[in-house]
Amino acid sequence: MDFQELIINMGPQHPSTHGVLFLQLKLDGEVIVDCQPNIGYLHRSIEKIAENRSLVQFMPFTDRLDYIASMNNNLGFCLAAEKLLSITASPRAQYLRVIVAELNRVASHLLAISTFAQDLGAYATPLFYALRDREKIIQIFDQICGQRLTYNYLRLGGVSRDLPLGIDQRIKDFIAYQRQTLPEYHDLLTGNVIFCARSKHIGVLHKDTAINYGVTGPNLRASGVAWDLRKDEPYLMYDKFDFNVVTGAAGDSWDRYDVRMREIEESLKIIEQALGGLPEGDPVVKVNKVFRLNGEAYMRTENPRGELGFYIVGDGGPLPYRLKVRSPSFSNLSVLATMIKGMNISDAVCVLGSLDIVMGEIDR
Amino acid sequence: MDITAIIQSLVEKFPGVIIDQSADRVTLTKEAVLPVFEFLKNGPAACVSLHGVTAVDRKETVEVVYHVHSFQHRVMLTVKVILPNDNLNVPSLTSLWGAADWMEREVFDLFGVRFEGHPDMRRILNPENWTGHPLRKDFQMDGVVPRPVK
Repeated sequence: MDFQELIINMGPQHPSTHGVLFLQLKLDGEVIVDCQPNIGYLHRSIEKIAENRSLVQFMPFTDRLDYIASMNNNLGFCLAAEKLLSITASPRAQYLRVIVAELNRVASHLLAISTFAQDLGAYATPLFYALRDREKIIQIFDQICGQRLTYNYLRLGGVSRDLPLGIDQRIKDFIAYQRQTLPEYHDLLTGNVIFCARSKHIGVLHKDTAINYGVTGPNLRASGVAWDLRKDEPYLMYDKFDFNVVTGAAGDSWDRYDVRMREIEESLKIIEQALGGLPEGDPVVKVNKVFRLNGEAYMRTENPRGELGFYIVGDGGPLPYRLKVRSPSFSNLSVLATMIKGMNISDAVCVLGSLDIVMGEIDR
Repeated sequence: MDITAIIQSLVEKFPGVIIDQSADRVTLTKEAVLPVFEFLKNGPAACVSLHGVTAVDRKETVEVVYHVHSFQHRVMLTVKVILPNDNLNVPSLTSLWGAADWMEREVFDLFGVRFEGHPDMRRILNPENWTGHPLRKDFQMDGVVPRPVK
């Protein structure tokens, strides 16, 4: 009996592609024979824009890369620029940066696990729980910097303004609240029979494949590689905080979910310690707006989705001669085609959801 | 093994191939790309991860920049290859790393550097029918002029 290959276009307008991703799937029955991801629908050529802006002017554009974790993008760019210009932020500014970056990591992970659950058919409840908790973080950010999504809070050499009065109590209340509500997620998902059946042993990413494809972040740690830049190449003051690098064992979709859940707890630990030891001083520093950029610098930071790198090359003028963004989702998505070959089409959605990509930073 | 030892091992293993070197960077000749990266990946340096591939348009030349990373030694090495503008070809690293596939396609799309031996040398971010390579310095951006910085 002969069979016919069926080509299915998944996306670019599809609820579970997390943006505008277009997957061309070649099917034999329900089994995926070949997968051809097409990206670029959100390409804004941010790297070309960067060549026509000074470093200070470019800061708001980094918010638009990974818009779920804008603070972390600000941080990565800020550290790269400061490395090129040999600027060091004051201790209080560094602590503030740690606090906002970790708060944003919690918000990003909450969204990641809940949209993943939604992809698996847990239609509303986990997402509503996550949005309820994320709203509290967003309101804290609103009070700190006046924005809810694209924060532009960091500045070269510091931050744009100090913490408003009373915000530290509000953050402490949030930590207590989040610790109380995390068991709700565990009740809903972690031991849920349907959730486990849909995600355990599905989309196993072996350690070697992950490294070979440049996968980083929670996806790499879920495959059993204990590599976290906050621990292994500490930037800011991360070496002063006590936290664990969370790893998974099997590298399947459930592990990628579990690693994110446990990383939320570690992030809460870091925020608590940073608030407790917040040094006195002024985090707002007056730094020149125009610099002569000489030489080149590469800096990478641990984003919620993996290692975000900024490569800045200067030619002596005020504008960067070349600015490259190494985005974690780009590499994390490039492994997808290898992973889902031979799987059922229903599991492709599961694997894609568990990788937690953001198209804004893939297409740039 | 720190970064100096890794660069030293490269100099000893491949004499005459390294044109330029500094604290964390080496510049190679084009012919040596494949053997050097194979040595970096499988040799004592254990740079098992290709962290990034990018390029810088220097007008007369195009620099292809590789970042390789070793989990074991916790180092990141920058490797550069300088290509003349009239011959933008360099061997592909897809035989060593799966990560090279998309990264090299991106460099081809934005800079027009062709990677020899790449199985699927197509544009990735821009549409197939796009003309020109946007990150080249001679690419014309209609109506967009650099903003004056005060």
